[in-house]
Amino acid sequence: MHDAAITEAGAHPDDAHVTYTGLDNVKMAMWAFLGSECLFFGALISAHLLYRNRTGDGPTRHDVYDIPYTSVSSFVLLMSSLTMVLALAAIQRGDQRRLRIWLMATALLGASFIGGQFFEFTEFVHSGLTIQTSPFGSSFFVLTGFHGAHVTIGILMLLSMYTLSRLGKLPSTDASKVEMVGLYWHFVDIVWIVIFTVVYLFP
Amino acid sequence: MATVTTPTPWFLRRPKAKKGIWSWVTTVDHKRIGILYGYTAFIFFILGGLEALLIRAQLATPEAQVVSADLYNQLFTTHGVTMIFLVVMPLGAAFFNYFIPLMIGARDVAFPRLNALSYWLFLFGGLFLYSSWLLGGAPDGGWFGYAPLTTGAEFLPGDHRLDFYALGIQILGVASIVASVNFIVTILNMRAPGMKLLKMPVFIWMSLVVNFLLLFAMPVIAVALFFMTFDRTFEALFFDPTGGGDPILWQHLFWLFGHPEVYILILPAMGIVSEILPTFSRKPLFGYSFVVFSGAAIGFMGWGVWAHHMFTVGLGPAANAAFAVSTMFIAVPTGVKIFNWMATMAGGSLQFKTPMLFAVGFIAMFIIGGLSGVTHSIVPHDAQQQDTYYIVAHFHYVLFGGAIIGLFGGLYYWFPKIYGRLMDERLGKIHFWMMLIGFNMTFGPFHILGLKGMPRRYYTYQAGLGWEMWNMLSTIGAFLIAASTLVFMHNWMKSKRKGEIAGPDPWDGRTLEWSIPSPPPEYNFAEIPTVTERDDFWHRKYKEDKKGRPVPVPTGGADAEDEQHAEVAHDEGHGIHMPSPSYYPLVAALGMPVMAYAVVLQSWTLGVIGGIIALAGFYGWVLEPATAEDH
Repeated sequence: MHDAAITEAGAHPDDAHVTYTGLDNVKMAMWAFLGSECLFFGALISAHLLYRNRTGDGPTRHDVYDIPYTSVSSFVLLMSSLTMVLALAAIQRGDQRRLRIWLMATALLGASFIGGQFFEFTEFVHSGLTIQTSPFGSSFFVLTGFHGAHVTIGILMLLSMYTLSRLGKLPSTDASKVEMVGLYWHFVDIVWIVIFTVVYLFP
Repeated sequence: MATVTTPTPWFLRRPKAKKGIWSWVTTVDHKRIGILYGYTAFIFFILGGLEALLIRAQLATPEAQVVSADLYNQLFTTHGVTMIFLVVMPLGAAFFNYFIPLMIGARDVAFPRLNALSYWLFLFGGLFLYSSWLLGGAPDGGWFGYAPLTTGAEFLPGDHRLDFYALGIQILGVASIVASVNFIVTILNMRAPGMKLLKMPVFIWMSLVVNFLLLFAMPVIAVALFFMTFDRTFEALFFDPTGGGDPILWQHLFWLFGHPEVYILILPAMGIVSEILPTFSRKPLFGYSFVVFSGAAIGFMGWGVWAHHMFTVGLGPAANAAFAVSTMFIAVPTGVKIFNWMATMAGGSLQFKTPMLFAVGFIAMFIIGGLSGVTHSIVPHDAQQQDTYYIVAHFHYVLFGGAIIGLFGGLYYWFPKIYGRLMDERLGKIHFWMMLIGFNMTFGPFHILGLKGMPRRYYTYQAGLGWEMWNMLSTIGAFLIAASTLVFMHNWMKSKRKGEIAGPDPWDGRTLEWSIPSPPPEYNFAEIPTVTERDDFWHRKYKEDKKGRPVPVPTGGADAEDEQHAEVAHDEGHGIHMPSPSYYPLVAALGMPVMAYAVVLQSWTLGVIGGIIALAGFYGWVLEPATAEDH
C-alpha cells in the first residue's frame, strides 16, 4: 500500500509504482496525446484534400512539386527514426556516449529536413505560390507548416536530452524519457509519410 | 533524487507555502484545483448571466433601445461563449478534479502539475477573452462564428473582436486537451485495487467518456480556429468564397467539434444525477450496465450527427436523410438513460433533499429539451425552426435545464464533502423552486416565439407580431433566475461558515468519497481501499436480505469504520508522500495569452517573449527537483 505514493511525469524514476492497468502513466498519456494529434492532422489533411485542386490563377501542384527533391528529404526524416531507435537502445544499455551520438544524429537529420522544407517553401514562393494565392496554397503551407513546427519541437526535445546527458543528468534509469521523445518523434515521422503520400504522390 | 549533488538554484526550489495566496497559486492538489475551477467558473456564470439579463432587458419590449445593436451582438456572442467554454465545461472539470480521485480511491490525479497547468490555461483563456471588452469590443459573430462573416474584412472591418474569439477558444482548447489526457490516465491507471471498469461509479464512467470526447474533439476546433486566424491575420483563403475558399468547411469543422461538445456539456451532469438518484432512493442504479453502455454509445454516435446543424445549408437529400436518421438514433441511448433513472426511483424510499430535487428537475427539463431536439431531426420541420427562438428554447432546456441544473445538484450533493458542513435545506429548496419556475418562464415562451417566427439574434422587433407578451414573460423569468442565484450564493457563503456539521457520510452514500472524513485530508485515503463490489462503500454498510432490501451490517459499520480510519490517518498521515507545489504550471500557462496578444497586435517581439516564457516554464518544470529540499 505504501508504494501508492503519488509520482509525477518522470519525477520519481526510481519508484517502481504500480498502476491499475500495469501500463506506465506517462506512456499512456503520450499515446492519448498522440491520439489527439491524429485528429489534428486528420482535419488539416482533410481540408487540404478538399482544396488541392482549387488553385485559382496560381500555380497548381504539378507546377511546384519537385518529387525527387521531396523524396530525398522524406528519406532523411525516415532515417532519423532509425537513429532514434538506436539512441533508445543505447541508453537502455547504459551507453551514454552512443546515446549522445544518436540523439545528435537524430536532431541533425530532423534539422536537415526542416532546412529542406525551408528551401522548398522559398522555391514555391518564387514560383508564385503563397498562403494568399489560392486555397491550395493556404492549406498546403498551413498543413506542412504545422508538421514542420512539430518536427522543430521534437528537435528541441532531442537537444534537451542531449544536454541532460552531457550534464550527467540522464541516467539509464531515465530511459523512459528518451522513449517518450522517441514515441513523439516516430509519430511525427509517420504523419509525414501520410502527408508525403497523400499531398505529394497522389496524382 | 539521489543523483542531485549540487544545491538547487533558487529558481528551481519548490515552493512550500501551505496557507495563503501562494499556496493556492502553486497548488497541485486536485481538491484545491477543483475548488479553483469551481469558483472561477461561477464568477464567469455571473458575468454570462449579467450579459443574458441585458439581452432580456433589450428584448422585453418592442423597439427598445436598452443597448445599442452593436453591443447587442457582442452580448449574445459573449454570453454563449462564456456559458459553454467558461461555465459548463470548467464546472464539469471542477467535479472531475475534486471527485474522480476520491471516487476511484486514489490520492491524486496521475499528473498533478499538468492539472494545475490546465487550470491556469483555462483562467488565462477566459481573461484573454474578456479583455476584449476593454480592447475594442468583445466577439460579435455568434458563438459558432460562421465564416465568411467572421473571416472577411469586408463584413466586420477594422477590429480584433474575432481574433479574441479564435485565440481565446484556442487557449481554452489546449487546457481541455491537457486535462483530458490527465483524467483518462487517472481513471484507467489510478483506480483502487479491485475496481474493475464495470465496478466504477457511473460518474466516473461519464467522466471517462467526456474526456475521450474532449481529447478527440478539441483538436478539430483547434484546426478550424487556426484556419480562421490565418484567414484574418495572414489573408489566407480557407473560408473566402471570392478566392475559391469554402465557408461550408468552417461549418463542417465547427460542428464536427460542436456536436461532441454538447455531450461534453451534458454527460458530466448525467453522471452526477446517476449518483444522486440511487443515494436518495436508497436503491442501486437501475440497469447500471445499460446506463454505462448508453453513455459510451453516445460518445461514439455523437460523432455521426453533426450535419443536423446544417440541414438548411443544402447538402443534398442523401446527406440530410442520413444525418436525420443518425440523429433519431442517438435519442435511443439518451432515452435509455431517462428510463433507467426513473426506474431507479420507482419503489425506492425517496428522500427529497435539495440535491434530489435538482436531479429530478434535471430529468424533467432534459426530457422537454430532448423531445424538442428530436423534432429538429425531421428535416422539413427543422427548416421551419432554423435560426428561430425554437432552437434557442431547445438548447437552453438541455444546457440550462439539463447541464446547469444537474451541476447545481452536484454542488448541493457534494458541498458537505468539500466543506464538512451541510447546506441549508430551506434555502436550497427556495433556490430550486425559484430557479425551476424562473427557468420555465424564461425559456418555455421561446418555443412559442420560435414557432411564431421570431428569429434568434435580432436586435429588436416590431409591435403587433404577437411576440410582446411572451418576451415580457421571458424577461421576468430571467430576473427570477438571477434572484434564485443570489439565494444560492447566500446559502453557500452562510453554510460554509455556520452550516450544520456534516460528518463523513451525511447522505448515507454509496461511493468511496463518503468513506473518508469531510473535508478530505490532503492525502484523501490514509489507506488505499480495496474494492470488491459496485457501490463498495454501501456494501460495507449494508447486506441484502432475501427480498433484496438493505439491512445494516451489525458490526464494523460506518461509525466503527470511520473511527478506525481516523486513527489510521493519525498514525500514518505523516508518512504519505504527496507531490510538492510548483510555480511552473503557472509560468508555462502564462506564455500562451502573451503569444495570443502577439497575434492580435501582430507583434513579433511579443510573440518571442511569450515563447520564451512558455519555454522557461516547461524547462523549469522538467528540471525542478521532485520534492522540496528539507522534506
